[in-house]
Amino acid sequence: MTVRFSFLIGCLGALTLQTALADNGRLIATGGASSIEGAAGGGITPWAVLAGYGEQHEWGATAFATTVNLPDYRLDVAGLALAYDNRIEVSFARQRFDLGSLVHKLNLPEDNLGQDVLGLKVRLFGDVIYDALPQVSLGLEYKHQTNFDIPSLVGARRDSDVEGYLAASRLFMGAAFGYNVLVNGSLRYSRANETGLLGFGGDRRDSRSLLKEGSLALLLNPRWAVGVEYREKPDNLSFAGESDWADLFVGYFPNKHVSFVLAYARLGEIATLDHQNGTYLSVQGSF
Amino acid sequence: MRCLPLVFVLLLSACAQQPPKDDSLYRDLGAMPGITRIVEGMLLNIARDERIVERFRRIDIQRLRNKLIEQFCVEAGGPCTYTGDSMAESHKGQNVSRSDFNALVEDLIKAMDSEGIAVPVQNRLIARLAVMRGEVIEH
Repeated sequence: MTVRFSFLIGCLGALTLQTALADNGRLIATGGASSIEGAAGGGITPWAVLAGYGEQHEWGATAFATTVNLPDYRLDVAGLALAYDNRIEVSFARQRFDLGSLVHKLNLPEDNLGQDVLGLKVRLFGDVIYDALPQVSLGLEYKHQTNFDIPSLVGARRDSDVEGYLAASRLFMGAAFGYNVLVNGSLRYSRANETGLLGFGGDRRDSRSLLKEGSLALLLNPRWAVGVEYREKPDNLSFAGESDWADLFVGYFPNKHVSFVLAYARLGEIATLDHQNGTYLSVQGSF
Repeated sequence: MRCLPLVFVLLLSACAQQPPKDDSLYRDLGAMPGITRIVEGMLLNIARDERIVERFRRIDIQRLRNKLIEQFCVEAGGPCTYTGDSMAESHKGQNVSRSDFNALVEDLIKAMDSEGIAVPVQNRLIARLAVMRGEVIEH
């Protein structure tokens, strides 16, 4: 319910912004999709691009909703991002992770895990398409786990934390049989368990790790993209293993106001249950 | 007269050293008729593009059309000579923004789509023009 509510707020907020914004000076799809943590990017990793289509002296804004359906769990996310000058981006995402069958199996006190993520991203230099240098951005995310009972039971050390990432994005024109290829790589410095849904730090390890993330997208034309993503994850909790995440995606950008991403996500082991591989669907409105 | 064979050899080797010009992009764009239609289509799209049409109000469109055709032809490896001003010269003082540049790219893509130009061919032309952005936009 909270997710739906925040999505409604997002839509309303975005509607009022629409009159003021809509400069749309950047090329289609260069704002990317919305990652599950709210920053502009792919689905499970951020890119160096900024949300929306604002160029120099312009605003851009996005609102999104994402659902990931796994055999035993379900993740719902809704959020917003606002960017100015193709330089700075602030974002917010609210996540709800339904624990499904695990609630009865382990007699858990709650049926879901929740997290709010407040993000800040600054483009340091470069341009994803034009400049000699790739676009490089620095991001910070403040994450707050909103119902800490279960995470603390399984050994998580804290319910909120700040993490940083450095992301680089570059479009290589005509790189694959004449088609454009977008390459993204980032380094994250984090101790989030399952991105923070299971809190931060743990009994096995309580310090941040340097984690590699990346994605590769083939642009069939300016509106369709197919690609892969990968995200390394830490292993701070001893009660269960934590798998690295990967997905195969199709992105569709019919115009500069709406986009869709459908993916097959391989999330592996989450909180003792293995083979959590399923569908990822995300809708983004851009204003 | 004795040096004639030598001159001949030198001329031949000069020819051999000239790399064969790759005009595949020129041909893929439909040679001169195709490039002409793309440029005219782009200019028609610009005329309908409220983001940038104002920038073309006081310009000799016929001349712009001719120079653009020459330029696209040259960039595509076709048998043309560009007789216009340099990109820096022709955009000096116009304060072309990054958004204006992208709007023109979009109008060009739309024109190439209408001509049924394959995406890899479009990408090759855009890549040739994208490197000029630094000379076109304000800094």
